[in-house]
Amino acid sequence: MDLNLTAEELQFRDELRAWLAAHVPSNWEHRRDESLDTHFAFLKQWQRTLYDGGWAGISWPTDYGGRGASLMQQVIFWQELALAGAPPMANVLGLGLVGPTLIAFGTEAQKARYLRKILSAEEIWCQGFSEPNAGSDLAGLQTEARLDGDSYVVNGQKVWTSYGWAADWCELVVRTDPAAPKHKGLTVLLVDMKTPGVEVRPLRQMTGETEFNEIFFRDVRVPSENVVGRVNQGWDVAIGTLMHERGTFGAGLQIAYKRNMDRLIELAGKVQRGGRPAAQDPVIRQKLAQCYAEVEIMRANQMRAFSRISATGVPGPEGSIQKIFWSELNQRLQQIAQELLGAYGQLEAGDHRAIDRGAWSYGYLRARGNTIEAGTSEIQRNIIGHFVLGLPRSY
Amino acid sequence: MQFGLSESQIILRDSAREFFAGECQMARVRRLMETSTADDPALWSALAAQGYTGIIFAEEYGGVGLGVVELVLLMEEAGRALLPGPLFSTVALAGAVLDACASDAQKKTYLAPICRGDARATLALLESSASWDPADVEVVSRGGRLTGEKLFVPDAAVADWIVVVARDGVHVVDAKAPGVSVAPMSGMDLTRKLYSVTFADVQVETLDRGAGLSRGLQVATTALVAEAVGGMQRTLDLSVDYAKTRKQFGKPIGTFQAVQHQCADMYLETESARSAAYYAAWTLQERAPDAAVAVSIAKMYASDAGRAVGNRGIQIHGGMGFTWENDLHLYYRRAKSTETTLGDATFHRERIARLVIDADAS
Repeated sequence: MDLNLTAEELQFRDELRAWLAAHVPSNWEHRRDESLDTHFAFLKQWQRTLYDGGWAGISWPTDYGGRGASLMQQVIFWQELALAGAPPMANVLGLGLVGPTLIAFGTEAQKARYLRKILSAEEIWCQGFSEPNAGSDLAGLQTEARLDGDSYVVNGQKVWTSYGWAADWCELVVRTDPAAPKHKGLTVLLVDMKTPGVEVRPLRQMTGETEFNEIFFRDVRVPSENVVGRVNQGWDVAIGTLMHERGTFGAGLQIAYKRNMDRLIELAGKVQRGGRPAAQDPVIRQKLAQCYAEVEIMRANQMRAFSRISATGVPGPEGSIQKIFWSELNQRLQQIAQELLGAYGQLEAGDHRAIDRGAWSYGYLRARGNTIEAGTSEIQRNIIGHFVLGLPRSY
Repeated sequence: MQFGLSESQIILRDSAREFFAGECQMARVRRLMETSTADDPALWSALAAQGYTGIIFAEEYGGVGLGVVELVLLMEEAGRALLPGPLFSTVALAGAVLDACASDAQKKTYLAPICRGDARATLALLESSASWDPADVEVVSRGGRLTGEKLFVPDAAVADWIVVVARDGVHVVDAKAPGVSVAPMSGMDLTRKLYSVTFADVQVETLDRGAGLSRGLQVATTALVAEAVGGMQRTLDLSVDYAKTRKQFGKPIGTFQAVQHQCADMYLETESARSAAYYAAWTLQERAPDAAVAVSIAKMYASDAGRAVGNRGIQIHGGMGFTWENDLHLYYRRAKSTETTLGDATFHRERIARLVIDADAS
């Protein structure tokens, strides 16, 4: 156990800090009022700047445009990005999920074809996993692909597809063997979103945004060289992707929570409760301290998990506790913000009285999705029960 | 940056686990808990022979010279085995305070016999106010002599020395000196006996570096959290085993999500408490600036999580969990005692607030 940065890690951090200080755009958070397309173009440009500076894909192989550094350096990167108040990168799913999946399961040709363009944000990715009748029971999905000559013909519908509106490519899970048991007949395909027959429709979520989509596939032809891993063994590939989602995806979130926590403490010093600052109210103090502690424990949990992944090379099912922890913690944090702000907490962006330009009312509504997206809390608990603790399957 | 255990730390943990599995089986725990002191001299000798009674003390006093992280690993295994007797009070509580507050000469006097297994000690802090804040202590020594009463003193009946927190400093009292009287308090934890200790004009030796008290208490608190983590892990293991074997409606009850999710939450709570304990131990070992916050975070979380895990474990066991014969209630009792010892979650949340909210305001 040694939580001090090594000489190499320190050098990496200092170099990165200096680069970020020179390159992070100022006042970019005010651009949230822009249209989705304009804002996304800005985020793509920012990722391109990172890529050109050699800072995209820290732990990815150098052969494919990465830096070839350790997972710990990747973690330091996420932390420093958040500490510097930098914008997020545009290709969230390409970087976090699709890239690691291709590195683990892709052919040489696929790695050479796709990875660099993920890093440079030249090609944005989405994930075609959930369907109207296959959510938690993902393996029950019905979108089918039939081999016809040297390509697959895809028919079906995907839903809750984040970034579908922006995506150039989709990591799509399809059924290639309807006769096999449900986990055995699946295949992962890489689908060009510009292929005829792909139709993306917006889905408006409760925050009012249209972050995610429905995607319809009608006789969409996908070359068979776009299969990832083996035909009918797509479940293993999909699970590999989901383990990354649960295991390592939360690294940048912790610092974002920490910033929110610091802001809440600052607000507590200003907001009045019974004639004194809320920060002096014993009940509020208890709640803020509880939340502060949980944000710190989230960090300690993640550090232990990353150390384990560094040693084993792959995220395991125990990553599900990270997913449960960050999603439920964010809901508690946002609720405390609402309590602190009282009536002002409900004011949305555009109202001149809204605190922090409506960030807290948005945060409260957005957090409601946290325990559903990326695998519900119920599914995460099933995974811990069965795969970590060895209890019998419940379904 | 590496938050896993080193090879030597894993060896220490595994050998401690093996030691307690051999020397501290539940039959022995149950036999000892029925005695008035829960102390077994043979077990104490075996602990000393392993070097456990000197684990964190410097080699010049006969200790092993390991760090707080290693202490935490040992206490985790002791907690898993529900070790009765004065290891916690002697080494992690009184020992850590002596280590932080005593002069070199005083350490030779008090720590060397503890390392050898020849002496046991405890810490007397609480008074009738039951406040864990040393600022609320009222007992004070005058002219090197002490009069007053301390409550909830663990293992006082088997202690050779009682380290007393007073208004004017930290003192050591010979537990067998005239004027010291020890009377049992009937605590819920049958494996860690509590006592009231009355001092009637008793001679004291004042420790030279009383300012070290907060550091000593932080080490003690972190060790106690680690012991709680061990108890939580054992409760989880017993509950998962039970859920795999107990059948209802023709299936193991662990098939049902209502039961699985309780187990998953126990796992999350145990792992989170462990992360917090390890992090706190690391900050103490490195004397990092955030040590005080890290210790309070760990104790806050483990105080609540220890109780939650105990509740879930007993619930999963159904009627069996409510019986005297089942071991879970012994861990449940320890968890309740641990919850209040050295400050409960409410106490530490207020501490955290002082450290992070008030610091922000000033």
